Amino acid sequence: MRVTLERSNLLKSLGHVHRVVERRNTIPILSNVLLSADGGNLQLKATDLDLEVTEAVPATIDVAGGTTVPAHLLHDIVRKLPDGAEVDLKMDEDGRAMSVASGRSSFRLQCLPQGDFPALTAGQFSHQFDVAAAELKRLIDKTQFAISTEETRYYLNGIYLHAIESDGDLMLRAVATDGHRLARTQMAAPAGSEGMPGIIVPRKTVAELQKLLDLPEEATVKVELSDTKIRFTAGEVVLTSKLIDGTFPDYQRVIPTGNDKRLVLERDRFAAAVDRVSTISSERGRAVKLSVGDEQIVLTVNNPDSGSATEELQAGYESEPMDIGFNAKYLLDVTAQLTGDEAVFLLADAGSPTLITDEDDKQTLYVLMPMRV
Amino acid sequence: MIRDIAQGFCRDCLETLPRTAKRCSYCGSPRLLRHPELPELSLAHIDCDAFYASVEKRDRPELAGSPVIVGGGKRGVVTTACYQARISGVRSAMPMFKALKLCPEAVIIRPDMSKYGRIGRQIRAMMQDLTPLVQPVSIDEAFLDLSGTERLHNAPPAYVLAQFAQRVHTEIGITVSVGLSHNKFLAKLASDMDKPRGFSIIGRAETKMFLAGLSVGRLPGVGPAFQATLRRDGIERISDLQAMSEEALLRRYGNGGQRLKALSEGRDDRKVVPDRNRKSLSSETTFNSDISKLDELVPILRSLSEKIAAKLKDEALAGQTVVLKLKTSDFRNRTRNRTLADPTRRPGRIFDTALDLLQREVDGTPFRLIGVGLSELTSDRLADPPDLVDRRAQRMADAEETIDQLRRRFGGRAVETGYTFGRKISRGANLAPRDEEAPDD
Repeated sequence: MRVTLERSNLLKSLGHVHRVVERRNTIPILSNVLLSADGGNLQLKATDLDLEVTEAVPATIDVAGGTTVPAHLLHDIVRKLPDGAEVDLKMDEDGRAMSVASGRSSFRLQCLPQGDFPALTAGQFSHQFDVAAAELKRLIDKTQFAISTEETRYYLNGIYLHAIESDGDLMLRAVATDGHRLARTQMAAPAGSEGMPGIIVPRKTVAELQKLLDLPEEATVKVELSDTKIRFTAGEVVLTSKLIDGTFPDYQRVIPTGNDKRLVLERDRFAAAVDRVSTISSERGRAVKLSVGDEQIVLTVNNPDSGSATEELQAGYESEPMDIGFNAKYLLDVTAQLTGDEAVFLLADAGSPTLITDEDDKQTLYVLMPMRV
Repeated sequence: MIRDIAQGFCRDCLETLPRTAKRCSYCGSPRLLRHPELPELSLAHIDCDAFYASVEKRDRPELAGSPVIVGGGKRGVVTTACYQARISGVRSAMPMFKALKLCPEAVIIRPDMSKYGRIGRQIRAMMQDLTPLVQPVSIDEAFLDLSGTERLHNAPPAYVLAQFAQRVHTEIGITVSVGLSHNKFLAKLASDMDKPRGFSIIGRAETKMFLAGLSVGRLPGVGPAFQATLRRDGIERISDLQAMSEEALLRRYGNGGQRLKALSEGRDDRKVVPDRNRKSLSSETTFNSDISKLDELVPILRSLSEKIAAKLKDEALAGQTVVLKLKTSDFRNRTRNRTLADPTRRPGRIFDTALDLLQREVDGTPFRLIGVGLSELTSDRLADPPDLVDRRAQRMADAEETIDQLRRRFGGRAVETGYTFGRKISRGANLAPRDEEAPDD
């Protein structure tokens, strides 16, 4: 194999694929990126056996062929080469090493044979649709923060994507929860998504996908899926991933419908106040107490080890006064996702789930479980 | 006025003595304490004598004259042997069958850890009356730094410690040994010199001489393997280390060599750090015979999880990291842990998490021990918050609370889960405190 290509193109693609590669691997070849040169492209591929990213970069191919080299090492080298440089990749005759040359720099990297590189067999996809990159990105942004990291409940370690009828329209809906908070958002179901199975897209796949979605405004992403795999194609990048094999809990019954105490807050002021009072709270269990009264709320944090903090805020509220506690971080995570100027809290009582809605985004809602304060 | 003990005092009646007396001129006791540095030394190590066995003898006076071994199970090991049993050669961590061969008339008592824990805490509270700088090493031993307490007690540390040993004897009914010196390493060596009911002193002046004659195996950190290495290099006694230069030791053994040099000269600058907060809680059991099957391990894991939950509840604590410990039949430890999103004290949640960890380890390997523990302990105020998704969680928590109340009224196995019901859960010498466990080799 021998190819020449622009450093900036190679760096961009390596930037996409190398993140999939785990820093520590028990199987050596999983630390490597697969390079294969054919036609007018150099194809890059990386995998962790659950997730695979491939990308094609335009290159001048002198000799076709392929090999694998350490992904992070190659990325670090290319990153440090000067801007605008040309990079020459050349594999030794015996296939044991590859040289990376650019200007007066040259490196030799040890190779592992491309035949040993594992392939994530995708099998047959049952559904396929196109979705605007910006819309897909919105689904992720609004829900990603609520994904659980608790391995024991592995079925919460991803975003639940499914097609559902809502108010007479077919929607593609994304839900994530860790048991303390829940985020739900949706978009009009793209043609082809009808009847798709409900799937759980793993956290790592979501994070990688989100980074690939910084695309031009009008770009679309092709989505193909079955009940075990999903594939996203965005331009030259193809991301294929296993899905979480589990049943997402019935989230609908978690979303309260009878909460009638309506609290309206100015989003930015509220977030800033929560952030300020939580300074005094301990690292763990940062509970903020909201004392909701007539036209105002008082935020209080009490930390037996360091002291206390309070702040008053104007609020729209006409029901009977109540005290309710929330984890400060969860409040901040939710308010950061709100697009409107106002945050609307629908409360029931101090021990029941609270609904938070966005006045400017009727497709999205959040549920927070209160904390004992 | 601070009591003058420069000429020594009697450990039995605590009277100060004339310079030359061989016995106490007041009570006639030969147990006199004299040392040129007696008024100055302030770092002590206190160790209870054959703690578990002493407690059992105290509670069963009819055993006063018989050899007593605390430990148990068919394959269990000796946890503690009283001094009478030690005369026959019985030692801690010795397999029980071997101990019985050496001392067939010994009375064997299963350990009652909660009792020892209670008494250990009483003794610790008495230590904390002497100084706030008490660093517990285990349930029955601790380092105490008494510097600067003369004015508080109107007496130098040596006198206060002798008083303390008497107080433990009269109020608790067991004996302790005291080591007094100028650092932790030497205090610990001293407390071991004259057991039981000992009081030994290593002063600054004789430190080097005293150490010179000891085997290098007496240094902390020098186990059988390192000792063999040292022997091969011609180093047997601490005097051999004293004769070598620090550079030579550093070159040969790295940082460990530097430490050897310091210890060989009696230098040890570790401070006494009072540790008020417990860092973890655990419960473990050694099997009568090795177990490799998951369905045999599960009931034991369940019962250990319940035990841990009960301990947490007693102390109003919750933990965020669940730790599973396994020991294979060839004495290799496997420790696995998982951190939860929030602290727990629920037996079901501890069990579920530990079970998930256990399932990954069961591969046919025979295990001889299983343990489960919790670390990152916090107050239970924030434990097990209500969950949006897991509807069972609240109901399970309520059920567990009810089971707990029933057990309190009707006894330990009045209500059980299906995991343990109808099973005889095999146990060995369980709950051995860390310092008395069989050495891992």
